Amino acid sequence: MSARPLPQLTGLSAAFYAFCKARELRFQRCSGCAAWRHVPRERCGECGSPEFTWERSSGRGRLFTWVVATRSMHPAFPSEPPLAPAVVETDEGVRLVTEVVGCAPAELQIGLPVEVVFEDVSDEVTLPKFRRL
Amino acid sequence: MTTRACIVGIGETRYARDKTWSPTTLALNLEAATCAVEDAGLRLADVDGVMPFPGLSNVEEIAANLGLAEVAFASTVHMGGASPVASLLHAGLAVTSGAAKHVLLPAGWAGYSGARARQTVATDAASMPGGGIARDYYVPYGLTAPPQWYALLARRHMAEFGTRPEQLGAIAVAMRRHAQQNPNAVMRGRPMALGDYLASPMIADPYRLLDCCLETDGGAAIVVTSEERARDLARPPVRILAAAAGQPYPADEIVSRKDLFRIGLTSAAPRAFGAAGIRPSDADFAQIYDCFTFEVVQQLEEAGFCKRGEGGAFVEGGRIELGGELPVNTHGGLLSEAHVVGMSHVVEAVKQLRGDAGPRQVAGAELGVVTGFGDFGDGSIAILAR
Repeated sequence: MSARPLPQLTGLSAAFYAFCKARELRFQRCSGCAAWRHVPRERCGECGSPEFTWERSSGRGRLFTWVVATRSMHPAFPSEPPLAPAVVETDEGVRLVTEVVGCAPAELQIGLPVEVVFEDVSDEVTLPKFRRL
Repeated sequence: MTTRACIVGIGETRYARDKTWSPTTLALNLEAATCAVEDAGLRLADVDGVMPFPGLSNVEEIAANLGLAEVAFASTVHMGGASPVASLLHAGLAVTSGAAKHVLLPAGWAGYSGARARQTVATDAASMPGGGIARDYYVPYGLTAPPQWYALLARRHMAEFGTRPEQLGAIAVAMRRHAQQNPNAVMRGRPMALGDYLASPMIADPYRLLDCCLETDGGAAIVVTSEERARDLARPPVRILAAAAGQPYPADEIVSRKDLFRIGLTSAAPRAFGAAGIRPSDADFAQIYDCFTFEVVQQLEEAGFCKRGEGGAFVEGGRIELGGELPVNTHGGLLSEAHVVGMSHVVEAVKQLRGDAGPRQVAGAELGVVTGFGDFGDGSIAILAR
């Protein structure tokens, strides 16, 4: 199995993942119209403002959708046990691709309440994942 | 927009998954291109516009190999599988504005004997649609391959509207049935029933193996020119009544869309139908980009063939089969003919409108719709008439 691919820690991704390393899930919040957003962007798509703050998420949300990757499509992600890349919608209304840990794919359901956990996947990178509440 | 442009030539290579055949992607593009120019009754030297498919070939190598010394219009649309149909809009503009006389649109790839689509992401995570977004926020979680991205949408549709696996299966079965009438279809001679579909292994749950398009070797090409020039050419012209393209919002990120099911086609289709002055129900057939079964449901809904949420019921009962109300992918599509990146859908529409589709001919076909879909939901649509 090859090494798992990691995010490139540059620009806004460096900032997002630095908070994760510090065990904080933070998203951008527009200073112009107060809209939350993820993935990180230079400007707000709602009002166009370049001003934002990194606001802390409640870390809670619900499972929005998922796929069970029963056939390996990438050498770093074998099919056993199958991964289930998932989308969580947080209380703030932002959605992110993640994984629900400690829960067999067969037990996943849309709307499942979840909260964030942090997994150190390398010395530099910590990924936000979620567990069942 | 409406155009006064026509498709005057079509060309195809053999389509195959054959361990004894390993053509290059360029060779497939060149062979299809040569066939299309010949079919139009043109000489290669008449071609002064080239629109290659993004990432598979380029104008320079096409021109150098075909002896095209006077390329006045060179352009590529970057919309993944939506590119060939979106290119009809651009090519139509080029030939009606006078920027070019005859535009060649070559496409195709060695998708079976060459590098598989999913392998590219393993060496370059930013090669996915979305680029750095996919690399930084999707790929680390193992969300790497097209069936996985679109399965996220399929599951939501199933949950929100009650779309069932048997309905997705009806699409796979219809495409396979059509392929039995197509001598160039890779799945000819391998009929398949709903039971086979349901028994096929899960690949990216809720997608089974038979929800997924083929990976094949093949090339297809067309030639576009103006109505005036088309009159003097070898074959009856097929008119591009209207062509349109659109993008979802945001286009580079698939999960955060407020309306998850809104795709490029959602805005492109009403523009195309409006410009052509027809309704979806006027179409005699539709060639819908079928990378995965659910994307057929989604495009039928978003193009207005049925309402949002009703696509599952729409594809049942033989409605999309030959002899049904709206035959879809009469060649067998990406699911059962071959994966020719959307160009074979255009070629098949032309065959139908010429009355050249043989045993799979839609009787009296006068008006057809072709769509393209790619890159996280970019969309394109053309309305063609004989």
